[in-house]
Amino acid sequence: MQDRTRTRNIYLIPYMLWIVLFVIAPIVLIFYYSLLNIDGAWSFENYKRFLSPIYLDMTLRSFWYAFLITGFSLLIAYPTAYLLTNTKHKQLWLLLIILPSWINLLLKVYAFVGILALHGPINSFLEAIGIGARQILFTDFSFIFVAVYIFIPYMILPIFNALEELNPSLVAASRDLGASPWVTFRRVIFPLTLSGVKAGCRAVFIPALSLFMITRLIAGNRVITLGTAIEQHFLVTQDWGMGSTIAVFLVIAMGLTMILTETGKKVS
Amino acid sequence: MTKRLGRLPSIYLAVVFIILYAPIFYLIYYSFNSAGNMHSFEGFTLDWYREVLQDTRLFIILLNTLVIALLSSAISTVLGVFGALAIKGVKTKRFQNALLTLNNVMIVSPDVIIGASFLVLFAIVGMELGFGSVLISHIAFSVPIVVLMVLPNLEEMSPSLIDAARDLGASRWDVLTRVIIPYISPGIFAGFFMALTYSLDDFVVTFFVTGSGFSTLSVEIYSLARRGISLTINALSTLVFLATLLLVIGYYLISKQRTKPKEVRSVG
Repeated sequence: MQDRTRTRNIYLIPYMLWIVLFVIAPIVLIFYYSLLNIDGAWSFENYKRFLSPIYLDMTLRSFWYAFLITGFSLLIAYPTAYLLTNTKHKQLWLLLIILPSWINLLLKVYAFVGILALHGPINSFLEAIGIGARQILFTDFSFIFVAVYIFIPYMILPIFNALEELNPSLVAASRDLGASPWVTFRRVIFPLTLSGVKAGCRAVFIPALSLFMITRLIAGNRVITLGTAIEQHFLVTQDWGMGSTIAVFLVIAMGLTMILTETGKKVS
Repeated sequence: MTKRLGRLPSIYLAVVFIILYAPIFYLIYYSFNSAGNMHSFEGFTLDWYREVLQDTRLFIILLNTLVIALLSSAISTVLGVFGALAIKGVKTKRFQNALLTLNNVMIVSPDVIIGASFLVLFAIVGMELGFGSVLISHIAFSVPIVVLMVLPNLEEMSPSLIDAARDLGASRWDVLTRVIIPYISPGIFAGFFMALTYSLDDFVVTFFVTGSGFSTLSVEIYSLARRGISLTINALSTLVFLATLLLVIGYYLISKQRTKPKEVRSVG
């Protein structure tokens, strides 16, 4: 269109350098390492190991946890976002919902180590109402609960934005035509905010598959996600080949999630 | 629909808010506990704060964290602005989309993958792990965020502004520094701020590439928390929480202030 050929090339140099060094090279290296066995020789050994029952079981469990975390987050976030759009100072309330997500993740998780502990407030409460104290920390429940807690703001934000874009006259029209609130929700509001739901699920599902810090601190070594397994192989057992193989599968899972939650428009 | 439900929506929102904030205030409350645990409050003390402030090791770690955050966000802002200009300047739509996709790969990639692949990258290049590797990693993962923050500003800028500057005899450098950069400054500012929070918040990537001699606040809190509850972490979290709050309020005030001069500038 315009004569900006020479200027364009100058900006492109550092940016392409960044892309090649930190986007393309790392992905290529991960693929390369996944084809090396522990002695550094070429083989498909890692892939064979990944397809063995132990690793497949771990992968399925990791997916199951991620599904549960995404589902519960959605279940809590959708009504919250919907009710937020009806409040008076909605931008302020939204800011307050987002604020906790800016506080260092480690600190929030650490707080739950105290809250869910054997002598913590949750157990004192259970004791007070007669159920009695029990081990909450290091269970599947505590893991999912804390993960949902962490991810809720990331689910609320895109749904809130989608609800804001929804034309209110469509809801009014549906009501005028005799639809019950539930039908209006199911046939009008929800389908029109599906892009927000998809964006939220994408923002939660992929990180949920790769959690490792929460699994270590909250779930002890009970829950092993794909992320935990990668960390284990890279930093503990030093088996980078196997770690890379799991990473390759995580990248594939990521790609599939992206395709499934494709909203058709650019998400920024 | 909401009216018929009476007070239920407000109660629901209140519960969500309480759950979101409870862990943070729980941590802060017990940071003043003289009993040294997170379940029975004995008496008020500032001992834990004294301990944090007297700990020179912790002070060095805090300094490391701040230096990494400021340096990496400044450098990634420059690179990100170049990136946005490069994407904008590319003529073919297909190449533009390819660049955007590669840019987004980094944003959707799970932290574990970024951390592991950077670790492999540094090993291949033969770079020693420590300050340098952490800084480079933080720059690398912040660049795409800056690009995404700057790009919308660049898109909405009318090309006639540049043409006008050219016709009036401005050199290419003048066009960049006196027309483009002032126009996109809200995006640059937002990008810098986002890069800053990403860097301060990051745990996973740093954990992978930090080696043994160098530590940031997140990594330090993780290793402390793995050893169990210690109220110094609580005191530290309170300070981090206050710092986060100040940062957010500061950002809010500055960005509010910045929107005004922009309006004036476009008129005058």
